[in-house]
Amino acid sequence: MHIILAVTGVVILEMIRRKDVYVLLFLTALITLLLGSVNLFGDANIARYLKEVCLTLIWICSVVIAITTAARQIPAEKESRTIFPLLAKPVTRAQVLLGKFLGCWAACALSLALFYVFFCLVSGAREHHWPLVNYFQALLLHILFCGVVVALTLLGSVVFAAPSSTVTIVGVVVMGILLLGRHLHKVALKVGGLAGGFLDTLYYSIPNLEWYDVRDLIIHNWPRMDWTVIATDALYGAAFIGLFLVAAWMRFRRMALN
Amino acid sequence: MKVALHGLDLTVSPGEVFGFLGPNGAGKTTTMNVLLGFANATSGSAHLFGTDVRQPIARQRISYLPEMTYYYKFLTAEELLRFYARIFRIPKAERERRIDAVLKLVELEHARKRPIRTYSKGMQQRAGLAQALINNPDLLILDEPTSGLDPIGRMKVREIIQRLKNEGKTVFFSSHEMGEVETVCDRVAILHQGELKAAGTVASLLARNETNLEQAFLRIIGFNLNSSSSSCTSSSLLLAS
Repeated sequence: MHIILAVTGVVILEMIRRKDVYVLLFLTALITLLLGSVNLFGDANIARYLKEVCLTLIWICSVVIAITTAARQIPAEKESRTIFPLLAKPVTRAQVLLGKFLGCWAACALSLALFYVFFCLVSGAREHHWPLVNYFQALLLHILFCGVVVALTLLGSVVFAAPSSTVTIVGVVVMGILLLGRHLHKVALKVGGLAGGFLDTLYYSIPNLEWYDVRDLIIHNWPRMDWTVIATDALYGAAFIGLFLVAAWMRFRRMALN
Repeated sequence: MKVALHGLDLTVSPGEVFGFLGPNGAGKTTTMNVLLGFANATSGSAHLFGTDVRQPIARQRISYLPEMTYYYKFLTAEELLRFYARIFRIPKAERERRIDAVLKLVELEHARKRPIRTYSKGMQQRAGLAQALINNPDLLILDEPTSGLDPIGRMKVREIIQRLKNEGKTVFFSSHEMGEVETVCDRVAILHQGELKAAGTVASLLARNETNLEQAFLRIIGFNLNSSSSSCTSSSLLLAS
């Protein structure tokens, strides 16, 4: 475990010393503050629009951070050849992979925590209302979502030749699932037959990432979720994380390093 | 399919400095890759301290200095050493003491808090040497440790190798610098086109060939000094130590 945590620490340090997260945080903060300073026609519902825009920005940033961070981990180690002095130590490839996963996930979680704290302050300042449990539940599910995306991206990074390919393909897959995945089952029922069967198989095979998107919970101030639902989502996400990481390890352990 | 190594049979004894020589493409790096577990041999076996090299534990008592400086450029030398020390489970107090000691040894104390990307090549090579010493290894595998260094740097590396030898460490290194091999090595092996051509003490090799190490090396790999082009006739010569 100490080896995995050591690798995790290096990933987080790298993330902190790169500028990506700060740029995204700054842009999100800037856009949100600008929107928050506007008072359109004295509309009391402006707070809801502000929350929607801000949360959408946070979701986009989180997908970008998760995918771009994870996509370059293994390829960068191979390209810069830092993998050699690392594996010359009593370290297995599985430990390297797990360390990279935990590092990327922790980095995403830290970024999300910053984003959500900022969002909480801005929306609370407008609404004078802080449903902290709702925000916490949304943050928790969002972090789980990032875990699945990071694991999927790590798998992509050991399958595809270049980080750019991984970013593009995984990005398309994740956005596709978020935007279209939730409708697959409905379309399958309408279409029926073989095509419907195929769509249903696809629906139940892919990770249903839309389950982690609970922006409406915050935007419309809905009551907090049942904790058993969150626990179920966590187990579901853990299963897919495990699946992707095992697949990534099976590919990585046989990969030539040169 | 090109065979990188064929019939290589070597034993390195504890406490000796073993030079691994050969022209480019002879199979020296492939041998090290197999020893370090980076590549799997298609047949045969390799052991470090009696443990199969495919087991990660085999690398607990060794260290590796690659030819080129492959380290995380965003880390400082101190952070890099701390990272590797954590991998070896060195306790915190002992870890900090060793970091101070190796940085002093490789003369990087003044730059310990600067990112490695700001280092010169010589400094990066010294950082590499520091990471190779952090776990106080019993065996050091060095891939052309003086490559790219100026004469002062090469002298310092030779001094460190000699010091390690005096401490009873085993050093296995590849080099193209015949002068330093002649100076520091107890035994050498000469590889050519994937095959072991000669192995033995430097003294016996020189006595057999009645010349200096460089000339002996060229003769053993079949390089004909008297003609304008090289001829690569293979010769098989095994010397007992």
